[in-house]
Amino acid sequence: MEKELIQLVDISKSFDSQMVLDELNLNIHENEFVTLLGPSGCGKTTTLRILGGFANPDTGKVIFDGTDITRIPPNKRQLNTVFQKYALFTHMTIAENIAFGLKIKKKSKTYIDDKIRYALKLVNLEGYENRMPNSLSGGQQQRIAIARAIVNEPKVLLLDEPLGALDLKLRQEMQYELIRMKNELGITFVYVTHDQEEALTMSDTIVVMNQGYIQQIGSPESIYNEPENAFVADFIGDSNIIPATMIEDKLVNILGTRFACVDTGFGCNKPVDVVIRPEDVNLVEPQQGKLQGVVTHLIFKGVHYEMEVMAAGFEWLVHSTTLFPVGKEVGICVDPFNIQIMNKPESEDEEAVAIDI
Amino acid sequence: MKNIAKHIYTALIFLFLYAPIATLMVLSFNASKTRAKWGGFTFNWYSRLFQNEEILEALANTLLIAVISAFVATVIGTIACVAMTGMKKRSRTILMGITNIPMLNAEIVTGISLMLLFISMGLRFGLGTILLSHITFNIPYVILSVMPRMKQLNPSTYEAALDLGASHVTAFFKVVFPDLLPGILSGFLMAFTMSLDDFIITHFTKGAGVDTLSTKIYTEVKKGIKPEMYALSTLIFVTVLILLLLVNMAPTKNKTPNYGG
Repeated sequence: MEKELIQLVDISKSFDSQMVLDELNLNIHENEFVTLLGPSGCGKTTTLRILGGFANPDTGKVIFDGTDITRIPPNKRQLNTVFQKYALFTHMTIAENIAFGLKIKKKSKTYIDDKIRYALKLVNLEGYENRMPNSLSGGQQQRIAIARAIVNEPKVLLLDEPLGALDLKLRQEMQYELIRMKNELGITFVYVTHDQEEALTMSDTIVVMNQGYIQQIGSPESIYNEPENAFVADFIGDSNIIPATMIEDKLVNILGTRFACVDTGFGCNKPVDVVIRPEDVNLVEPQQGKLQGVVTHLIFKGVHYEMEVMAAGFEWLVHSTTLFPVGKEVGICVDPFNIQIMNKPESEDEEAVAIDI
Repeated sequence: MKNIAKHIYTALIFLFLYAPIATLMVLSFNASKTRAKWGGFTFNWYSRLFQNEEILEALANTLLIAVISAFVATVIGTIACVAMTGMKKRSRTILMGITNIPMLNAEIVTGISLMLLFISMGLRFGLGTILLSHITFNIPYVILSVMPRMKQLNPSTYEAALDLGASHVTAFFKVVFPDLLPGILSGFLMAFTMSLDDFIITHFTKGAGVDTLSTKIYTEVKKGIKPEMYALSTLIFVTVLILLLLVNMAPTKNKTPNYGG
């Protein structure tokens, strides 16, 4: 891991007595693509605004490269932000927009012109210098907003749902563009989104947030495959979350049937939650399955079929490329390493978090 | 059939609305001194008007007051809008209500109360008091025309300017002000027009011997109507008409930004 660049220490923030962030701690490394992911109102944008200097935390510190910048105003920070609605200056040309920060820093004209050309090349919009922002499409405006931010050579680029206003196709294109730009620039990206697919595609590290708390920090793979609680499991992709009992290490009782698993250290006869991803549920002939059930719903999704199977009193969500028609009796199998065991929520707070979505 | 009726109806409305002014304008070019008959076309009354020094002085006063009061009101009104945007919604709504009251208030009430205020403050009546009262009644018009632009602003543009290293002052003048400019200009023109054609409030707050065009006309007409007054009224009407057209054309030029894909 590269060295730590930003530390958020015990950050709390409330608006009108409503707690938005509660003692949040987060470390961001150099050259890392960090995504703050969560539903609206989870505190992700507030965290970004505290980083950018547009909001002051009630308590806690923001450490940047070893220095406390908690009270430093935005115009004195070595970070730049790409805003949700681009926030281009509509009365200036594209070149003037990009040059804005450099002119304030009193850079020479040749330096500025070089930078404009470089930035437009980076965002694939060469030759747009003299256009006005309103004559550009949403995707192009967003690229200009990125160009305007990166010419200032920030150490960190903050992006607040930058793709939120674009349509699906353009959004996917821009995801690849952003990864490419980040690799070319070699700087840290802090990205805010509520779109889990976006987060999984682009990030080195995902920070899942809900109701002002960090739920889990990890790589996309670990967040998806090993969610730590029901909220994360449910927010990232579809999942079957089933109450179960851990009999002993590597053996769990799911809906009255014993399943082998790979998790240890949960204790004996302890109630737990089990997460099984729909694509990990294998449908087989009834006698070959550990559980028997009947297909109740069937939807064609393009890549796969989505089925619901009623088995042992639980409605299982199943993704499979093999078709099982409605009404057919099937057996259910799950490989041991596809069963993810999670602790039951301990406090009522966490419980509320799990239900409140 | 229905269409013809519609056109006739519209024509009638315009006739009733503009017949008096049209009469006035025609008479201002009438060579005959009596109103009853047409004595041929002439610019005589216009040239007589511009030789009348009292009227020219009133014109100078009017323009001076209109320009200064509109300018001061525009500055105060714009600053007020910036401040109100930073307020909580509740206090902003209350304050907007308060600024709107003077516009709805009967002018005679505003005029008399300003007069009483100036008397109790011991001010000497003259150009200064007229100016103060014009600034006062102009501020709401400026706020009314700047506030909608203020609400249309994308609040992120100001933050984006700060983010790029601009100080608060630079961010305001380079980013917010240009976006407000159409509203500020139309507010200025509106205030200028209001000041130009005000009679009642000026009448109560002017001192003896100081006149604006509107009060001058009033005094002249009391002595008996001279055709020069037709010419003067025509000029005022045309000026106000042009200004109002400008006000209405200004905001349509700048469209709201398009965020679509």
